[in-house]
Amino acid sequence: MIELDLALQRGKFSLELAVRSPARALALFGPSGCGKTSTLLAIAGLLHPRRGRIAIDGHALFDAAADIDLPPAQRNLGVVFQDARLFPHMSVRDNLRFGMPRAAAKDAFDDVVELLELSMFLKRKPGQLSGGQIRRVAIGRALLREPRALLLDEPLANLHREARAEVLEYLRGLKHGFTLSTILVSHQPDEVTALADSVALIEDGRLAALQSIDAFQASIAASGSMLAAKACASG
Amino acid sequence: MDLLTHAEAVALALSFKVSLVGVACSLPVAVGCAWLLARTRFFGKPVFEGLLLLPLILPPVVTGYVLLIVFGHHGPIGRWLDAAGLSIAFRWTGAALAAAVMALPLLVVALRNAFEAVDRKLEHAAATLGAGPWRIFFGITLPLSARGLAAGLALAFARAFGEFGATITFVSSIPGQTRTLPIALYELISTPGGESGALRLTLVAVVVAVIASLVAALMLLRGGTREDEA
Repeated sequence: MIELDLALQRGKFSLELAVRSPARALALFGPSGCGKTSTLLAIAGLLHPRRGRIAIDGHALFDAAADIDLPPAQRNLGVVFQDARLFPHMSVRDNLRFGMPRAAAKDAFDDVVELLELSMFLKRKPGQLSGGQIRRVAIGRALLREPRALLLDEPLANLHREARAEVLEYLRGLKHGFTLSTILVSHQPDEVTALADSVALIEDGRLAALQSIDAFQASIAASGSMLAAKACASG
Repeated sequence: MDLLTHAEAVALALSFKVSLVGVACSLPVAVGCAWLLARTRFFGKPVFEGLLLLPLILPPVVTGYVLLIVFGHHGPIGRWLDAAGLSIAFRWTGAALAAAVMALPLLVVALRNAFEAVDRKLEHAAATLGAGPWRIFFGITLPLSARGLAAGLALAFARAFGEFGATITFVSSIPGQTRTLPIALYELISTPGGESGALRLTLVAVVVAVIASLVAALMLLRGGTREDEA
């Protein structure tokens, strides 16, 4: 269960969002600048809402009424940022290990390396990787955190067609192979369709609709949604 | 024929010792101050920054005299150090303190710039991966500031190596104890017949300064190139 009820002010932009979704994979979908990434950063603890509550599977990460505001390090979330944010001075291996809990299973590292096919470039620095490889390392690093939920911020943004297909394939594999709650931020309908079970349509910092993935697909297919059309155009 | 006389070699070795110890002592203070300036906001920050830069602006003799007042045998801290058997006035440790004080502003400025150039988003990413403030600092911020740190260390070392006014005011000129290369050079210049020795020490000082400034320039240039590529 993903519970988001937050009010956030960033300059002149005001975000007021309330979403309760039992879906395992929830997409926050909308055009650029509608507040998707701000919401994700608030869930990660990198932005601080004025009020509200953020909880995943009943575990409160932020609750203004109860005076709970866990720092990012204690939220135990695997965040894949749009710009990957790999540490440039570390090898791929060290990037992957950075967030691993001390008590992590010995074969967890090998499993993730195998799953994302990273073994060929463990010794390389991020500057020596392609765009698709960088995203795969970022995903692997987030998974090795052994998080309670995965936050994906436009995981396919700025990738060329082949790299997009490559990363999307791995993400599809994750969706089927892991039982992690996932929150995906995207303005790409195909990405949402492939990875989410439920979609929160966001417009101007407000929830416009909460749809099942089937309803979302139907609205995209019918091209009846102004929001979807705008999102496609901006993508 | 030896390149330097025994006294000149002693002054050179003492200068290296004093400079290295002085820079090593100012490093942790500079790291802390630079981090505060780069990453935090607090009341009186401009005043704090101004005080840190004061040794760059004040005449070195004034800095030396302030050190003498505070750390001399009758000074508030000097008295306490004397009682503890840790007297630094008129000893090489006092010269190292003078070098540390004079080098501190250069280190702070270099480190502050280096810390500010580190992408905060990487620190945020580290936080989401469970890293606390210390791990973020030593694992992300400091390694990514390494070139700025190296440049700052080179400049600070050169400044400490060339320190004269504060040192001679605070710890005087005692051979083997506080007579560093610049002080020995000054005394050779003031002594009839000391011209050839003065010339030798001048050459040594120039070589050390050129090497330090080349290291600093190389570090800053390579740091800039890497950022441009990123």
